Amino acid sequence: MIEARGLSKRFGNVVAVDDLSFDVRPGTVTGFLGPNGSGKSTTMRMIMGLDLPASGTVTVLGRRYHDLPWPLREVGGLLEAKSIHPGRSARAHLLTLARSNAIPRARVDEVLEFVGLTSVAGKRAGKFSLGMGQRLGIAAALLGDPGVLLFDEPVNGLDPEGIRWVRTLCKKLAGEGRTVFVSSHLMAEMALTADHLVVIGKGKMIAETSVADFVARSSRQSVKVRTPAPHQLSDAVTNAGGTVISDPDGSMTVTGLSAPEVGDLASSISVALHELTPVASLEDAFMELTDEAVEFRGGS
Amino acid sequence: MTALLEAPTPFAIEQPPGRVGLRRAIAAEWTKFWSVRSTMWMLVGTGVAVMGLCALSTGTVSPSDIIEDPTRRSLIGIFLGQLIFGVLGVLVISAEYGTGTIRATLSAVPRRPVVLSAKIVVFGAVALVVSEILTFSAFAVGQAILSAKNAVGSSSAIAQRAQHLGVKVPHGVQVSLSSGSASLGQAGVLRAVVGAGLYLAALGLLALGLATIIRHTAGAISAFVGVVLVLPLIVQALPTSISDAVARYLPANIGLVMFSTHGAPDRVGPAFSPWTGFALLVLYTVVTLGVGCWVLMRRDA
Repeated sequence: MIEARGLSKRFGNVVAVDDLSFDVRPGTVTGFLGPNGSGKSTTMRMIMGLDLPASGTVTVLGRRYHDLPWPLREVGGLLEAKSIHPGRSARAHLLTLARSNAIPRARVDEVLEFVGLTSVAGKRAGKFSLGMGQRLGIAAALLGDPGVLLFDEPVNGLDPEGIRWVRTLCKKLAGEGRTVFVSSHLMAEMALTADHLVVIGKGKMIAETSVADFVARSSRQSVKVRTPAPHQLSDAVTNAGGTVISDPDGSMTVTGLSAPEVGDLASSISVALHELTPVASLEDAFMELTDEAVEFRGGS
Repeated sequence: MTALLEAPTPFAIEQPPGRVGLRRAIAAEWTKFWSVRSTMWMLVGTGVAVMGLCALSTGTVSPSDIIEDPTRRSLIGIFLGQLIFGVLGVLVISAEYGTGTIRATLSAVPRRPVVLSAKIVVFGAVALVVSEILTFSAFAVGQAILSAKNAVGSSSAIAQRAQHLGVKVPHGVQVSLSSGSASLGQAGVLRAVVGAGLYLAALGLLALGLATIIRHTAGAISAFVGVVLVLPLIVQALPTSISDAVARYLPANIGLVMFSTHGAPDRVGPAFSPWTGFALLVLYTVVTLGVGCWVLMRRDA
């Protein structure tokens, strides 16, 4: 359980996190979604007591991070891809953390085995690939067998297999009753991993909702239509106020009209439909919501 | 508590009583300190500098030289060794910022004064033990070489004066001359050897304090070198009236007095007594570490 109340953070004149309040509950994966630079990492660091909030509070299991008696046994954090000295071995890094929190030495080998780093445990971490570094970070997070897990962009730099591994791991951890808080700037990834979402943009709360509701709320639903009479239907749709985009596979995507409306329209002009599928574009929903809140936009 | 009850699975590892404290933090810092190769390299480097310069400064003595202070002569390598030792002190914390390890460290031990205290205890203890071993070794080796060379020392004011003026005292005039090698039983010798180690250890901790404030390795090393090497050069270039008033406060000059048996060389000018100087050096170190702790607690990691 993580509870943020009025959490704010400023860096100089820049407001990085602006009055965020949210709950992250145990037993589900909560996605922390927002464009790059929207304040996700800063919020994660404030939860772990690394950055000090300008105002507001955040507690883990009802306590401030500083007041947790054995932090690594309560909270596991993967904050940066590599927060390890390149000259130190994976085992020594974990052993250091284990000793600080009175975690048995055997647990170090256990988590190394779990993330599949046993064979390279004695090698200097500087030689690790991005994926191995990420696995080591996850091993460190799991070291104290904590009930609360924070993963900041855990799939960054991972290959598809690694991404699937992280996704499965998050669900498994939540299934065990743990609180899992995963940040990402990729909506599609969150849709596959998370049950709930905390969506922020420019440090401000945009939505705190379930993934299903988030999608349903999106106004930019589109409908995929396949018909033997594309020109007729497309004219009718345009006249009814919709927009048609012809897709390369011969189908067309209609926006501005719902699936039932398109179906009724086709029926009224006696045009057969071979396919009528409502498509909720998560990326679109995300883009729409965060449109006003994108800190750094490309030159397009 | 409701939050705890909501979590259905009891996790595998049982919570021990108490909380993360200094003892655990020291254990972690100890493992951390020895688990990078640079630690051993720095310690070996310091040893090579102290012992190597000792061998050089005592081995090149010729019969016509008068050795003003054989103890200091054998410990002169500290001036090089202190730089390498300082770099190690800097790295104890700056490497954490450079590599991001500080975030792992502070998430494991969130109370920052505890982290810094653990670093001070671990590095301070290693620094003190290694420093004393080095200074006693350098003293023993240096005196053995001087004694083997039948070096000539001066214990009288006349002989010192003669050397100061560049007048060679004839080799045969033994009355005013003492042996050119020292033993621990002589006045001030044990204090100088012990003091040399204390000086080295204190400088290492001073470097740790500077790095806690500055955080960047290169910046902290520059600051440390500035304090121990550059400041004395600047002060020496000032008019005597100013340099005489200021020079005694410089760590390097305090060190020189500490590992001399009977006062610093004339060029230093007026100086504090060895223990007053050491007290001042400890004060510098404590204040630097205190400021470091203060900013560590107030800054984002």
